[in-house]
Amino acid sequence: MGRIKTYFSTMDRTSRDDFITYGGLLVVFIVMQGLLSAGMLSNQMRGLLVPLCVYAIMAIALNLVVGTLGELSIGHAGFMCVGAFSSAFFSKINPDMPDLPRFIIAIIIGGVVAGIFGFLIGIPVLRLNGDYLAIVTLAFGEIIKNIINALYVGVDEKGYHFSLSSVNDMGMDPLNGNIIINGPQGVTGTPRSATFAISMVVLFISLIVILNLTHSRDGRAIMAVRDNYIAAESVGINITRYKLTAFTISAVISGFAGALYAHNLATLVATPARFGYNMSIMFLVFVVLGGIGSTRGAIVASVVLTLIPELLRPIQSYRMLIYAIVLIVIMLVNWSPKSRAFMETHSLKRFLFKKGGKEDK
Amino acid sequence: MKNAKRLLALAAAGLMAVGMLAGCGGSSSSGASAEGASSDELVWVIGCSGPLTGDAAAYGNDVVHGAELAAKEINEAGGINGYQIKYIYGDDEHDTEKAINAYNTMKDDGMQIFLGCTTTAPTVAVAAETLNDNMFQLTPSGSALDCIANDNCFAVCFNDPQQGAKSAEYISTHFPDAVIATIYDSSTAYSAGIEATFEAEAANLGLKVVSTEAFTGDTKTDLSAQIQKAKDAGADLVFLPIYYDTAATILTQANNMGYAPAFFGCDGMDGILGVENFDTSLAEGLMLLTPFAADATDDLTVNFVKNFQEAYGKIPNQFGADAYDGMYAIKAALEDAKITPEASVSDICEALKTSMFNITIEGLTGTVTWKADAENLGEPDKTPKAVRIENGAYVSIED
Repeated sequence: MGRIKTYFSTMDRTSRDDFITYGGLLVVFIVMQGLLSAGMLSNQMRGLLVPLCVYAIMAIALNLVVGTLGELSIGHAGFMCVGAFSSAFFSKINPDMPDLPRFIIAIIIGGVVAGIFGFLIGIPVLRLNGDYLAIVTLAFGEIIKNIINALYVGVDEKGYHFSLSSVNDMGMDPLNGNIIINGPQGVTGTPRSATFAISMVVLFISLIVILNLTHSRDGRAIMAVRDNYIAAESVGINITRYKLTAFTISAVISGFAGALYAHNLATLVATPARFGYNMSIMFLVFVVLGGIGSTRGAIVASVVLTLIPELLRPIQSYRMLIYAIVLIVIMLVNWSPKSRAFMETHSLKRFLFKKGGKEDK
Repeated sequence: MKNAKRLLALAAAGLMAVGMLAGCGGSSSSGASAEGASSDELVWVIGCSGPLTGDAAAYGNDVVHGAELAAKEINEAGGINGYQIKYIYGDDEHDTEKAINAYNTMKDDGMQIFLGCTTTAPTVAVAAETLNDNMFQLTPSGSALDCIANDNCFAVCFNDPQQGAKSAEYISTHFPDAVIATIYDSSTAYSAGIEATFEAEAANLGLKVVSTEAFTGDTKTDLSAQIQKAKDAGADLVFLPIYYDTAATILTQANNMGYAPAFFGCDGMDGILGVENFDTSLAEGLMLLTPFAADATDDLTVNFVKNFQEAYGKIPNQFGADAYDGMYAIKAALEDAKITPEASVSDICEALKTSMFNITIEGLTGTVTWKADAENLGEPDKTPKAVRIENGAYVSIED
């Protein structure tokens, strides 16, 4: 009887936790969409809505790999890059399709292509653990970025032309040809179909997939692999399979984020700062600051850390300094033993519910 | 753990609230306003953006400062059509997304005319926004053709294909027998754009190009492999359509390898004499096409360089000069259109779109007019100066 009770109380807690996540997000969505429709948002905030969703999606995707699977990936910007370019490619070659269906198909294509890359890269990479895996994912991320920077694709009436060296090498008809991917100049003129509502829908779908996966049988197997893979293997869990599942799903969701990103800007380029390891590490920072393994935390951290440098624009060059200081302060406040102890004794929850502060693991 | 998350969530909620408040009030100011412009007075709000942090910061700072200097001078001389300029600027970090954020923030500050961006990819991204808003855009240094594809976008600098073609032409008239090697940066639109047209034009003109080697932003610290290939191919002229910082590396490494061909660069080469720890004697004989030379002796350049150095403590390069000319071009066009800041953003844009073709600027980068034909709409019409470095200074090479 006691066991069943514990079981239900833990069940309840998960559902309650999910409820807070979904509900909070829904409230934010309704409020922001309301303000947006009423025209009460500044241009700056309006421009930030889609990027915020994109980063939140990337944060929960990476959290699946880092938090739930327990493997360090610093190549996720690479998957986002693949999703962005493949979806932009699709939209560019179908200029006559109606906007919404084309965008939905583009998002799906972005996810599928990124998923294929994630699967293929995952097969060799997931044999590794820890630091080795981190280094190899880093390398793959950079390889993807560099290949895209060297890729030229054009189309004319004779069909598609590819080159890995220059525009001239494609041998395309210079008058009627249409360059789709122009090496380091990337893709220009992608239709700007991404809206806040669609981005939020994608964020919700990603969230539902990830939370349901985490709470499912597969999710528990994935966490077993994280906690002790020898023990997991000994009870018959197919480690490679679960690692690949989590990694591929994460790549697919990164691809969705990439597709949203590509359709939010008129030009898409893969520079070292954009889609390089810098960006992968930024995603990792979202996950770590949000509390590794916490999906809601990852979303909040991604929103806060994206907003800080933008809202600090009035102070010009000092904003990067402040951003760095904020990172350090959040890290210390979050994780130093003293501040943890202080928070436990001065918990808001304890004050409200008159409970022990130590109810968390 | 829970509490920590709660704190974070609270912080996030607080920040978002602040963000919305700032947004509703529309009062967040994004940059230093020029002297003499108070908020209740009617002013021209002209915004500028460029990378002020990160790798490309050298270019962005020069652009932002060059435009600021021009705005100050114009204000001291009585403003435009009797109204002062409120000059604002934002940091785009050489990134498309941040460029749009900077642009939106400046729009919240009431920007009417946009003088930006500095680098190519952000300019293309923002061009889509200015088209939506019908805001007039003049880019000082965004050089790809896509930057000015829309009819509300104009450029102060040469475009990449122009530079590539001009370079090939120049080499074929002056060095018809040269054995040419090209080393370029495939990861920047600027370098790749020039290289592509140079290659095409060189083939047309029958130039002998024996090696074309690329590097990327990640590998620009060691270029000995590319230099070795040029050397092995027997090239006696190396074409470097790249920025000056990497060119300095190439010149140093070529010198260490005992390889001394003639070097030829484009406008990005301007600034090489100011690179720290670079032995400028290595740049002797280097030729470049540039619209601006900081040590030119005409009054305009001398004053500009002096004032720039006083205000910002460095010698300006062509980016600063382009932005300075850009600000004066806006002034000339607004005066030609005879409008006041009361006009809406869209009306100003429509007026400037026609006025830009009526004006002629005697600027730092030469005498500039803007082309009105459909093919080159918004292109500046000016002649690049070919210069050679002799005794640590630019000497123009006349045909």
